[in-house]
Amino acid sequence: MIEFIRQFFLDLYEGAPRWNFIFFHDETQWERVVSGFWVTVELSIFCVIFSVIIGVVGAWLQNSPSRILRLCVQGYIQFFRNTPPFVQLLFFYFALGQFTPTYSPDGWLEVPIITNVGWAIISLSFFAGAFNVEIFRSGIEAVPESTQEAAEALGFNRFQIYTRIVMPLAFRVSLPALNNNLVNLVKTTTQALAIAVPELLYEMLGIWNDYPSALYPALTVVFVVYIGLVGILVLSMNKWERAMRIPGYGA
Amino acid sequence: MAESNWTPDQPMVSAKDVHKSFGSLEVLKGVSMDVMKGECVCVIGPSGSGKSTFIRCINGLNDIQSGSITVEGQEVNDPKLDKLSLRKKVGMVFQQYNLFPHKNAIENIMMAPVLVLKEDKDEVEARARELIRKVRLEGKEEAYPGELSGGQQQRVAIARSLAMRPDVMLFDEVTAALDPETVKEVLTTIRDLAEEGMTCILVTHEMGFAREVANQIYFTDRGVIVEHGPPATFFKEAKDPRTKEFLSQIL
Ligand SMILES: Nc1ncnc2c1ncn2[C@@H]1O[C@H](COP(=O)(O)OP(=O)(O)OP(=O)(O)O)[C@@H](O)[C@H]1O
Ligand SMILES: [Mg+2]
Repeated sequence: MIEFIRQFFLDLYEGAPRWNFIFFHDETQWERVVSGFWVTVELSIFCVIFSVIIGVVGAWLQNSPSRILRLCVQGYIQFFRNTPPFVQLLFFYFALGQFTPTYSPDGWLEVPIITNVGWAIISLSFFAGAFNVEIFRSGIEAVPESTQEAAEALGFNRFQIYTRIVMPLAFRVSLPALNNNLVNLVKTTTQALAIAVPELLYEMLGIWNDYPSALYPALTVVFVVYIGLVGILVLSMNKWERAMRIPGYGA
Repeated sequence: MAESNWTPDQPMVSAKDVHKSFGSLEVLKGVSMDVMKGECVCVIGPSGSGKSTFIRCINGLNDIQSGSITVEGQEVNDPKLDKLSLRKKVGMVFQQYNLFPHKNAIENIMMAPVLVLKEDKDEVEARARELIRKVRLEGKEEAYPGELSGGQQQRVAIARSLAMRPDVMLFDEVTAALDPETVKEVLTTIRDLAEEGMTCILVTHEMGFAREVANQIYFTDRGVIVEHGPPATFFKEAKDPRTKEFLSQIL
């Protein structure tokens, strides 16, 4: 089977010299694709999770009684929403990266405790998180004051009202917008290329640099992989949306 | 302060010269009222006269600027007010039901006792099922608010309040959003409660109900209590021209 695939793509290359799917007949290149793929998956999963957490916490802080806290969250949102994520990546890695402590595994090498993958996760999570705060905020605003008051009258404290009443309702309202933002986030992980994170696009770029005949195939694979990844994300978000639907509530 | 020496022969709810403003708008201009244990008090009056504001002050949903409100001797107008202990004593039902839309009927009823009183879940569930029977909603345990009629939702809301075993129940125009057919179901539920000896304070426009069930009727206008008395004398011998005019319009 494997041999059959190898032969197929070798033959294809023979007949069409611009379509060298080298990673389908060269073991080393195949491993680069696979490792790039998993880094992309890892980046996507961590960024999605952290950005959602940032969104939830940020929206909670935005409703806090402290003006200073609210201003901080506002400043954070303005900064990350209004500047390009590409520049944010460069800023985090090259500017902040200088100040992060290092450790030395062998007494010679100085290894920073946050790798470039770590910086990409941090930077992209904060980028998408800024949008998530806004998304959850508008979801929270859609929860009627009177529903919260009913909980208050029953003796719920602020935290219980937020976690048991406001968030579950706000989440449902926010899901479509959250869906969009997370799709954007997954696509934006390609920009981690800027700080040499060995994700899919980075590896593919490497491959077609080494083998110019692999340019079209490499880009094709990147497209196909992203269509697949985003497709899975959208499908699972839709499934979740359906599972969370309340009988007789909303449209 | 926390130590109160309230005894059941003193008023369960006692308001003395309560003043309440929203910004520069003074809504309550010296309201006083005593409600004994087991009494049912109806508050009537034109729209905007401060009825809702007043009963919301009793359970601390609104704060007051001056005067005093005590519930079983506990002062509500106290910066160090223990809101939780107040809210365990006072149940409230709203005009718009305000059920938690993402929880079904039985969950709506169980939520506060489990979360706020930290009671045993199975015990609470047994009590919740008993309450569902009491408000005549057998078979609707698993229905979500969106699947219930207004009158059914309102009865779930009453059961939800009762699940906290309050000593006083506040009802703010709880039948105002219902059609005439369903008004009766809800009023029957409240009358049962009053007859069992629950202390009730109702804001209502249902004069027939007030006449039949209330021990005292209070007429409010523009932030003051114009007059009050037991229904027999109140309806026949209203003295103030404002009361007479209001009654002539509504009866
Ligand atoms: N949160 C608030 N902020 C500012 N003004 C308020 C607020 N709540 C009520 N008011 C004002 O206080 C006055 C009394 O309102 P309240 O709701 O207590 O009247 P009500 O007697 O319950 O009237 P209705 O019969 O229409 O329910 C009104 O003029 C209203 O506009
Ligand atoms: Mg009102």
